[in-house]
Amino acid sequence: MRTLETILAEHPFFAGLEKRHLEVLTGCASNALFQEGQIIFHEGEQANEFYLIREGRVALEIHAAGVGTVTIQTLNAGDILGWSWLVPPYRWHFDARAVEPTRAIVLDGECLRRKCEQDHDLGYELLKRFAEIITQRLQATRLQLLDVYSARR
Amino acid sequence: MTMVPRPFRVQQVRHETHDTFTLELEPVKGADSFAFQPGQFNMLYVFGVGEIPISISSDPTNPRTLMHTTREVGTVTKAMGKLKRGDVIGVRGPFGTPWPVEQAEGADVVIVAGGIGLAPLRSALYQMLAHRDRYEKIVLLYGTRTPNDILYKRELQRWRSQFDLEVHITVDRAMGGWRSNVGVVTSLIPRAPFDARNSVALVCGPEIMMRFTVLELQRRGVPPSQIYISMERNMKCGTGICGHCQFGPYFVCKDGPVFRYDQVQHLFERREI
Ligand SMILES: Cc1cc2nc3c(=O)[nH]c(=O)nc-3n(C[C@H](O)[C@H](O)[C@H](O)COP(=O)(O)OP(=O)(O)OC[C@H]3O[C@@H](n4cnc5c(N)ncnc54)[C@H](O)[C@@H]3O)c2cc1C
Ligand code: FES
Repeated sequence: MRTLETILAEHPFFAGLEKRHLEVLTGCASNALFQEGQIIFHEGEQANEFYLIREGRVALEIHAAGVGTVTIQTLNAGDILGWSWLVPPYRWHFDARAVEPTRAIVLDGECLRRKCEQDHDLGYELLKRFAEIITQRLQATRLQLLDVYSARR
Repeated sequence: MTMVPRPFRVQQVRHETHDTFTLELEPVKGADSFAFQPGQFNMLYVFGVGEIPISISSDPTNPRTLMHTTREVGTVTKAMGKLKRGDVIGVRGPFGTPWPVEQAEGADVVIVAGGIGLAPLRSALYQMLAHRDRYEKIVLLYGTRTPNDILYKRELQRWRSQFDLEVHITVDRAMGGWRSNVGVVTSLIPRAPFDARNSVALVCGPEIMMRFTVLELQRRGVPPSQIYISMERNMKCGTGICGHCQFGPYFVCKDGPVFRYDQVQHLFERREI
């Protein structure tokens, strides 16, 4: 069986991290399993973790009055779910729901925030990686908002 | 004969989605087939209304049935949407450059389609599937607005269940019930199963979608000389005479619509050309 540390070390998101930092991450990591349809977190709740999806699919949803639940993005194996744990006030911006049975590694954000305060090198490495994810999500949202496939172009 | 429209009869009208339809055409008289290459387009003339360029979406290896899939946006396309079986329209063509399906032999092929952009790529898919052993992997990444806007649903379903074709669909937005991908089509690229160095990419969709797609393909490692895009510009003559479709030094109607990306990169990255 592969250990949590090897799984983290082999994930592209953590590529290039020093071994001592990987050890810290592993110390804050555990396995998680979600049933089909299970809510992983709710918008507005405290965001104290993030997930590395290993298998399955997770939908990010918003609820709009009169419209109902709208999925605006899905994340699949290999994707990182959640960056709100890193940015005050640490609250989720969406609901996350497992669309399929989903296996993930969950990283404890409170634990990591503490470690990052103690070791700014680790903090900087994580911030760099999450900044990229936040930018990707922003770009994707922009493109979606442009509604490029609509008939009125 | 490309300057004079030939009469074609509507054999069948298939409604694909609430605003798109496929016309199946056959010649009224003369030759009983219509040879073309995938990616080429025809000028379709709705008599008394006007003439517009529409890509051919049928199977080039079966030139007896000619198909065009059109989205209703304005005067001519709306009039076209009202045509019934038995009606006659004018057809000039085929025009334009094809998808490089032969150059792609021996490589992986990744097809990235956005919205109605799947129509001209369907011809390329048909042709490649007819010679499946000449290609390595064939991957179709298709993005559209909502699940209700998906074209060729039944066909996609069939292709999806085929072992020699990978189909990944994503929609920009979805309400309950949709269990597949949600997000822009570019989000499918990083993990799509193809060998970036040895692949040819065929891209068709709105210009902004193609711009982001090309960036993502390059990030994945596909060289610009192996990326092909299909440009749409308003057209009139279709034969390089009137200048309506100018795109930098090119006329889209005869130098395109399919361009190799490295040849138009300098134009494509600028706005309003
Ligand atoms: C080579 C080529 C292949 C094409 N293939 C297809 C196809 O397979 N299926 C399909 O549905 N459409 C295709 N088009 C686009 C199609 O030609 C236009 O939608 C059509 O000309 C619109 O005519 P209309 O009279 O209905 O609309 P108009 O009344 O002329 O215009 C309605 C609206 O559409 C916009 N518009 C018109 N033409 C274009 C265009 N070329 N690109 C972007 N916006 C436009 C106008 O600015 C206006 O906002 C293709 C265009 C080209 C150049
Ligand atoms: S449409 Fe006339 S030159 Fe291209």
